[in-house]
Amino acid sequence: MWKFLHKLASPPHFYGLAVRLIPWFAVPGFLLIAYGAYAGLFVAPPDYQQGDAFRIIYVHVPSAYLSVMAYMVMAVSAGIGLIWRMKLAHAVAAGAAPLGAWFTFLALATGSIWGRPMWGTWWEWGDPRLTSELVLLFLYFGYMALRGAIDDTAKADRASAVLALVGAVNVPIIHFSVEWWSSLHQGPTLFKEGGPAIDNAMLYPLLAMILGFTFVFGGLLLRRVRTEVLYRERRTRWVRELVFSAAGIK
Amino acid sequence: MRCKALTAKLSGDDLTLFRGDRCLFKGLNFALNPGEVLLLEGRNGSGKTSLLRAIAGLIELETGRVSWDGVPIRGQRQAFHLALVWLAHRVGFKADLTLLENLRFESSLRPQAERDLEEVLERLGIERLKNLPMRALSAGQQRRVALARMLLADAVLWMLDEPVTNLDREGRSLVMQLVSEHAAHNGMVIMAAHQDIKLEAPMQTIRL
Amino acid sequence: MMDQQRQMPGIWAGMVAVARRDLLLVLKRPGDVLNPLFFFAMVATLFPLAVGPSVEQLEFSGPGVLWVAALLAMLLSLNSLFTSDFEDGSLEQMLVSSLPLSALAFGKAAAHWLSSGLPLVIVSPLVAMTFRMPVAVVGVLMLTLLLGTLSLSLLGSIGAALTVGLHRGTALLSLLVLPLSMPVLIFGARTVSLAAAGDTAAGGLYFLAAYTVLIMSIAPFATAAALRISNE
Repeated sequence: MWKFLHKLASPPHFYGLAVRLIPWFAVPGFLLIAYGAYAGLFVAPPDYQQGDAFRIIYVHVPSAYLSVMAYMVMAVSAGIGLIWRMKLAHAVAAGAAPLGAWFTFLALATGSIWGRPMWGTWWEWGDPRLTSELVLLFLYFGYMALRGAIDDTAKADRASAVLALVGAVNVPIIHFSVEWWSSLHQGPTLFKEGGPAIDNAMLYPLLAMILGFTFVFGGLLLRRVRTEVLYRERRTRWVRELVFSAAGIK
Repeated sequence: MRCKALTAKLSGDDLTLFRGDRCLFKGLNFALNPGEVLLLEGRNGSGKTSLLRAIAGLIELETGRVSWDGVPIRGQRQAFHLALVWLAHRVGFKADLTLLENLRFESSLRPQAERDLEEVLERLGIERLKNLPMRALSAGQQRRVALARMLLADAVLWMLDEPVTNLDREGRSLVMQLVSEHAAHNGMVIMAAHQDIKLEAPMQTIRL
Repeated sequence: MMDQQRQMPGIWAGMVAVARRDLLLVLKRPGDVLNPLFFFAMVATLFPLAVGPSVEQLEFSGPGVLWVAALLAMLLSLNSLFTSDFEDGSLEQMLVSSLPLSALAFGKAAAHWLSSGLPLVIVSPLVAMTFRMPVAVVGVLMLTLLLGTLSLSLLGSIGAALTVGLHRGTALLSLLVLPLSMPVLIFGARTVSLAAAGDTAAGGLYFLAAYTVLIMSIAPFATAAALRISNE
């Protein structure tokens, strides 16, 4: 088991594995999303309260879930890289950050669109989830900005790892704080996702979308980490050989 | 002047360091015993400062480890730093504080030898500056204050990065004298320099 | 050959020495303490100027405005927490001292709070008065600021350590610290608002205290790690 993990941590082995694994993530992911989208848009009945507007949860909920999961992936791999000095772990953290930021943005955009019919406005500060997502987006930006500000890759890896870990501790606290804060607000109502008892016809597509999004995230992450590894190891022999053989040069 | 332990030993195995994409050194080995001086020689930018910093534990090595008394320093950072005093290009004093205030602060950071402060300042020729703020001192004078730090600290291992910069000929010979004396009392010295160094002590050289 | 017992400086002594050194430095340049205070007062003044002097609005927005002003003033002073140490090499000396860097980092944060946070707390009633804050509420404001500025000094020291020596570190520091300081801002400001509305402030104060203790136990280590990385 350790030998397998040790082998995995070696960049050339990981690269080969990643190349082979990506289809295993992409295909199920897209299939699940296809099913989820079809079922969510056409099969699930309209919500008795919100009509057809609720259907955006099929994109909003998976995005929001992944925005937080991506941060955890980022923080955990950054922590592994920092404590056990695994360079590959740092590459995973670097790859997860932009993905997480995009999912956060998607969650914000779909959340805003979802809320528009209800609130009459594109943004509602009283909604705790939306505000938490916004703070999460800033956390991602901070992480990426810190990485960008440091030239030396190893130093950037470690500095951003410290930031990611501190952020990870703070994310639940921020979420709780915003919830408390919005509970004081006597404003428009907050949504519940599908109500207290969610219909199976609504639930299955949602689960499919969440799972599908997760697979796609995995595939995208593998692709990003693959590219990161190539860039970080660009001076090594195995990368050179790879590039030459791909270009047909002996 | 005190006697130092004979058993301390500093060694490095298979040291490799990259700075960005550049490999500064690879597979470097060394061993330093009490009473010896290790000289790191090389042109500017050759990596001797980086090697010195890596040995002190300020930079992480790509491979290899530095061991103090047989134990890797990564696992015993505090004990290693207890035995070490560091002199770098940036001398590390606060410009707004006086010489005395700075040295008094230093005494709270590391254990001090039983040495008379006034005597040390006299020997280094800076006694009359003791109540002046550091910003009023010239670069050469500030370097002498750094030498005072070394003399006042109770440390076996001296690590010096280009110690003779900004010093006149008198200052340079003073440094050589102090280093030689320290070695003679079973101290250990690692020095990075790009000028000719003449010492009365057993010397090893690593050329980068 | 004898190896005499070394007089090893204690951890607490080291922490106190670093704090004392920093406070001594502040004494040599007392004007530095005033800058964040003026900034605080200025920012608080901007709101009535921009929004209008209606009494209702002032009373309503007072807690929030004062808290935002305090947060920004703390950020301003956090920028230079490690800068001079980094530049003159005294940070490096701390890195090679045998004392735990986390203790020294805590000492620096403590000195920062004493020279930047505490003065804010003391000055806050004056500015709060202009927002027509009743005395009892001012008391709550000062308590929240006391705890909040302490958290901010500690939290901010992490950010300062990560960005020391970086190009455009100032803007980056704000981007890093502001999202993390949201809980402090939210609980600080809203607790005062609650008190102004006649509700109890106890819950909010307990939260702030708990958060401060949490940060106190994490921040020194994170700051120490960040300092080692930044000094490489």
